[in-house]
Amino acid sequence: MEFRKATLDNGLEVVAECNDLAHSAAVGFFVQTGSRDESSDTAGVSHFLEHMLFKGTPRRTADDVNREFDEMGAHYNAFTSEENTVFYAAVLPEFVDRVVELLGDIMRPSLRQADFETEKQVIIEEIRMYEDQPPFGADDKCKAACFGDHPLAQSVLGTVGSIEALSVDAMRGYFQRRYSPGNVVLAASGRIDFDALVDRVQRCCGPWESGPTGRIVEPVVAQHGFHILNKEAAAQQYTIGLTTGPSATDDDRFPAKLAATILGDDSGSRFYWELIDPGLAEHASLGHYDYEGCGMYITYLSCDPPHAADNLQRIFDIYRQVETDGVTPAELAQAKSKITSRVVLSGERPRGRLFAVGSDWTQRRQYRSVRDDLDTVASVTPEQIAAVLARHPLSRGTTVTVGPLVEVAEPS
Amino acid sequence: MSESIRSHTFSNGLVLVAEPMAGLESAAFTFLVPVGCVCDPADRGGLSSFTCEMALRGAGPRDSHQFVLDLDNLGVERGESVFDSHTSFSGATVAENMPRALAIVTDVLRRPHLPADQLEAGRQMMLQEWRAVADEPSQRAMIELRRRHYPKPWGRPSQGELEVIESVDIDEIRRHFAGMYRPNGTILGVAGRFDWEQLKDTVAGLIDDWQPNQTPEIVEQAGGSRLEHFPHDSNQTQIAVAYPSVPYGHDDYFRAWGSVGVLSGGMSCRFFTEIRERRGLCYSVGATYHSLRHRGGVFCHAGTSADRAQETLDVMLAELARLPQGIEEHELDRLKARIKSSLVMQGESSSARSSAVARDWYHLGHARTLEELGRLVDELTRSAINDYVAAHPPGDYTIVTLGPHPLEVDGGVS
Repeated sequence: MEFRKATLDNGLEVVAECNDLAHSAAVGFFVQTGSRDESSDTAGVSHFLEHMLFKGTPRRTADDVNREFDEMGAHYNAFTSEENTVFYAAVLPEFVDRVVELLGDIMRPSLRQADFETEKQVIIEEIRMYEDQPPFGADDKCKAACFGDHPLAQSVLGTVGSIEALSVDAMRGYFQRRYSPGNVVLAASGRIDFDALVDRVQRCCGPWESGPTGRIVEPVVAQHGFHILNKEAAAQQYTIGLTTGPSATDDDRFPAKLAATILGDDSGSRFYWELIDPGLAEHASLGHYDYEGCGMYITYLSCDPPHAADNLQRIFDIYRQVETDGVTPAELAQAKSKITSRVVLSGERPRGRLFAVGSDWTQRRQYRSVRDDLDTVASVTPEQIAAVLARHPLSRGTTVTVGPLVEVAEPS
Repeated sequence: MSESIRSHTFSNGLVLVAEPMAGLESAAFTFLVPVGCVCDPADRGGLSSFTCEMALRGAGPRDSHQFVLDLDNLGVERGESVFDSHTSFSGATVAENMPRALAIVTDVLRRPHLPADQLEAGRQMMLQEWRAVADEPSQRAMIELRRRHYPKPWGRPSQGELEVIESVDIDEIRRHFAGMYRPNGTILGVAGRFDWEQLKDTVAGLIDDWQPNQTPEIVEQAGGSRLEHFPHDSNQTQIAVAYPSVPYGHDDYFRAWGSVGVLSGGMSCRFFTEIRERRGLCYSVGATYHSLRHRGGVFCHAGTSADRAQETLDVMLAELARLPQGIEEHELDRLKARIKSSLVMQGESSSARSSAVARDWYHLGHARTLEELGRLVDELTRSAINDYVAAHPPGDYTIVTLGPHPLEVDGGVS
């Protein structure tokens, strides 16, 4: 296992965790742009643009793009978050060069008007699909209520209205501003010939002109509130809680993730024993997600409506108690075992390592091996967890509940 | 990468099938216990799922708390599911912890407490899951499709029926467990890093004195209506279409499966190209192959706005109708490339292989290595697939829609 990195003259960075023993390889372009980089008149453009990258280039039609990925037997996809858009493929080693050329080509798309109009319908269908599914848009509404007018509050998908109003020229302008080589990292993992990889990236991405990079990062202040949305036809009540946590560059993110595992993992956590095992809730979880300049703790609860208020109070009580009493050494040891096993299992596949290598580099300009992560997890103490909970209390923040109930008592 | 697969049948009928995988630090196991939804009495749908839920609430020397704690401390990523024919108990962890994890899970199959004082908690958990599914439109449509495509008792939903979950008592659970859980018909798949002789001894120590039990008889009955619409207050209409096909163990399986791979799988496949790329009709569209031991089915799905649903269904049925005209050589080439890389990537995951070798054993009586699968795929030819689809065109459809309005199909309204 060897880490290698290189930077093209135009600023595009190439990082790879090379493993000669792997049987496959994974590569991905990590573009540092997402919904937080949009303005109100381009809401949803990052995600729409992600779709448009598969619609062809000056040298390829959309059919060519899809056909060529499939000819390699690539396992490929893309996703958009609040601050990253990632295009990736896992392939057999003999196809690395060809798939990097293809991915590199689609990173400079034609953005044709006719394709834009057809794909607009697909995006609207995607939004409507999520509107029909739990939590029925409550996640976006919770972000907006918690983070107010901060860019992190913006929806990744946008709305049917914002997508209908978007023009192809607005998308082209956004592309010019955000897809400059200095904003792009090409990450790779598995069976990779690094010198050949850099040579290929140089040929397909070297001619890209430099442009603006980075983003303005404003401080985040979480609002406190409790909101009820009525969805009469729903069978279950769904609740999202949101508050701030350690950011992507904050070393506190490791104790924060362990705290989330102890409290809200799907097995053996405090939520599990308090809510899931007794059959009071279908799902109850706490997760920590880190972004540039800010982290988020997200609480998610799905339960039958009559239990909703009582369950929310139980969650609130768990948060208050852990803020006061901290976690026990036994709980911490259990959480460490779980995380260690997950890191080892996901690290056995190049696909699993790609996202770790890519996000470590885009977020921190840092390479961390599986061993580095395991060592850091092993070193976390109950005192560090207590300190992070004091800095980022879980009992504060915004809660949005959606379902058949019109009244739900706010926990106190 | 896979090496040779080993197997051993114990005197009580339990089969151990194991595939060593060089270079991995992990090991994974999958128990397939022959207790599935089909084992539920005709009017007691959900009993096997409820029994599985209760079996996890303490077994052998551990109460439910210690059971979860011990597996968590061994770092076991575990999962349990109830399928048509089996209940599956699986786990994966670092290789040195696997034998201890296996021992803990074996207690669930053999010595569950099935505690009366946790029956209500288990019932509530079952009810919560049942209601959660009711809020997922695409999942609901596919459940109703499966229920209608297969003759009863195949295709029943694992989450069971509401009135059954509400009325089960602990004696019924205990009787179901005592009558159904058995070593004969149980398959234990293991993959990853292990020593075969040690593994065999470990398993022998865990199950050697497990006594065989009678195999229940399955009596088939006609399924439900083949064309059905479920009114639902939503933006989108869910479209679900199924047609019969051959099972995994059939000589024609790879030809039938290949034809489905042309419809769905990659972004150059026919459904994605014609329904999403050309017409922008929907975001989500696909088809999957499902196999029981004695029959199979192809299950197609799309979700789209109510006003575009009719066109989406029409295009989907037109693509199915076009299949017997044959597939192109380049379509087969892409299919083979995709499968070949899938096989290599499956060889990087102990979890994927432990369940694959167990499933293979159930369907075939032996397990295929990745190399064998690769050869079978290599042998597929365009003419073989085309001969198959010409002789067995998609048809005899079951169609379920869920949304604001019914849709029209030849011969009825769904």
